[in-house]
Amino acid sequence: MIEVRGLTRRYGATLAVDDLSFTVEPGRVTGFLGPNGSGKSTTMRLVLGLDRPSAGLALVDGVPYRELAHPLRTVGALLDARWVHPNRTARAHLRWLARSNRLPPGRVDEVLDQVGLTAVADRRAGAFSLGMAQRLGIAAALLGDPEILLFDEPVNGLDPEGIVWVRRFVRGLAAQGRCVLVSSHLLPEMALTADELVVIGRGRLIAQSTTAEFVDSASRTSVRVDGPRLDELAAALRRAGVEVGPSGDGALTATGTPMARIGRVAADAGLALSELSLHRGSLEEAFMRITGHEVEYTAGGPAGGPDDSAALTAAKG
Amino acid sequence: MSVAAGSTTIARPGFAAAVAAERIKLTGIRSPWWCAGAAVAVTAGLGAIVSVATRYEGGPLTVATTQLVHSAGMAVVMVMAALAITTEHSTGTIRTTYLAVPRRGVALGAKAVVVAAVAAAVGLAGAFGSWGLSAALVPDVDLALHGAVEWRQVAGVGAVNLLAAVIALAVGILVRHTAGAVALVLVWGLVAEQLIGLLPGVGPALTPWLPFQAGKYFVTADGTATGLLGSPWAALGYLTAVAAGLLAVAVAVARRRDA
Ligand SMILES: Nc1ncnc2c1ncn2[C@@H]1O[C@H](COP(=O)(O)OP(=O)(O)OP(=O)(O)O)[C@@H](O)[C@H]1O
Ligand SMILES: [Mg+2]
Repeated sequence: MIEVRGLTRRYGATLAVDDLSFTVEPGRVTGFLGPNGSGKSTTMRLVLGLDRPSAGLALVDGVPYRELAHPLRTVGALLDARWVHPNRTARAHLRWLARSNRLPPGRVDEVLDQVGLTAVADRRAGAFSLGMAQRLGIAAALLGDPEILLFDEPVNGLDPEGIVWVRRFVRGLAAQGRCVLVSSHLLPEMALTADELVVIGRGRLIAQSTTAEFVDSASRTSVRVDGPRLDELAAALRRAGVEVGPSGDGALTATGTPMARIGRVAADAGLALSELSLHRGSLEEAFMRITGHEVEYTAGGPAGGPDDSAALTAAKG
Repeated sequence: MSVAAGSTTIARPGFAAAVAAERIKLTGIRSPWWCAGAAVAVTAGLGAIVSVATRYEGGPLTVATTQLVHSAGMAVVMVMAALAITTEHSTGTIRTTYLAVPRRGVALGAKAVVVAAVAAAVGLAGAFGSWGLSAALVPDVDLALHGAVEWRQVAGVGAVNLLAAVIALAVGILVRHTAGAVALVLVWGLVAEQLIGLLPGVGPALTPWLPFQAGKYFVTADGTATGLLGSPWAALGYLTAVAAGLLAVAVAVARRRDA
């Protein structure tokens, strides 16, 4: 288990992590979600004892990382796939890691095999593609067969095949009962990988909830509708009880209605459509909305529309 | 958690494991081998050239003469020692190191042990190389190691290289950047101390307290010499204290800093 309590870190004037508290439980993938610069990497460095907190503490398996008797057997981490000497072979890199924690030397070949790097094990890590480097980083994290794993943006820069591989791998680790924390700034990615989400913005906790709850609340879907006779189309949709408004770029946006129904309304009215597409609100939009409300609440200001406050309540639950 | 329960039966990986890991790290890439080879070649080659030149210019050729230019090899060793830590910072490997060995005193201490051992071995190989080549090239001069003084003059290069490497490593830990650390170490070891020694008035008084001058004195002093620090062994003790103190400061700083 990972426990973060009141964790705070300042870099000069920047408050990178601000009184952050959350826990990561075993047996599921916990997604660590936040926009760029929200403090995910900093939090992970603090949890791993690489940076020092300005206040608060982070515990892995009940103790600060620096006090672990068997660091690599307890925690595996991939923060940056390039933290490898470019002139060292993949095997040599894993060998020194294994040796430092008295892990059986046979683990090196096992993890190389697990991540599919056996064929290139004796090549310089500097010549690896990003995907291969990422696999080497995962191999290093798995070396001590740890129960706790942290991955910082593990799919960043990977091709679709690599993304699917990492996603499956990470889910497999959680299915084995391990405690897995994976960061990302992409909600769609986290929606596919994580069971639980810890969401932060500007270093502060915004929500810890199940992924399903958060996705429902954070990313409102809308349907974009366009056609030659837009005014008639809008009128027909309103008559049918569809909430519709201008999209801002000359088309219509309908919310809260399945696409199929909109298509049927248009067909019944004998109106042609040139576009009917589903738009899922981006994480960035959701963040603007949710963090904006955070500020309003703390400042004691009025809440927004009923729709948004419902979203926030659900996200906080 | 099962790992915690299981690990109680497994011995905690200690200093020896960290040393073994650092050894694999240092020998697993080519540049330290090049540095070591270059240091041995430079020390032995230049030393032999100096011996031959001294002989043909009619100067007094002694065992100490064969080690006059040991600082050339020492410079290469110091570069290697500084690089051992600064490349970890430039590549980010230092974070991987601290993840594997979070007790930074252990991680850096282990690195110091490995770097020091290589430096000493390189120093001994270079020094005995220079002495052996000199003896072979100038057979008419008696360069035999008759006693403790001659043995100190040759084997002492190993000790001085070891301590110089620890100093360079400590500077590397503190400075972190390769260019800065290498420049600082070379300027200090090869230039600054000589210039301080040349300062009118204070120069001669300061010289015994300059660490690399103390090292040089330890290697080159003959049986009768008495430096301001007394015996050559006192000079070596002083250099040891400087190296140990600097490493302790560097480790203390590294423990407080962000990796
Ligand atoms: N070593 C540092 N020195 C100064 N500022 C830092 C340092 N590390 C992080 N920051 C600042 O702290 C904030 C949080 O950065 P961090 O890298 O943790 O965010 P992140 O959530 O990982 O972002 P990304 O999604 O881009 O990886 C940023 O404003 C960043 O500029
Ligand atoms: Mg980051």
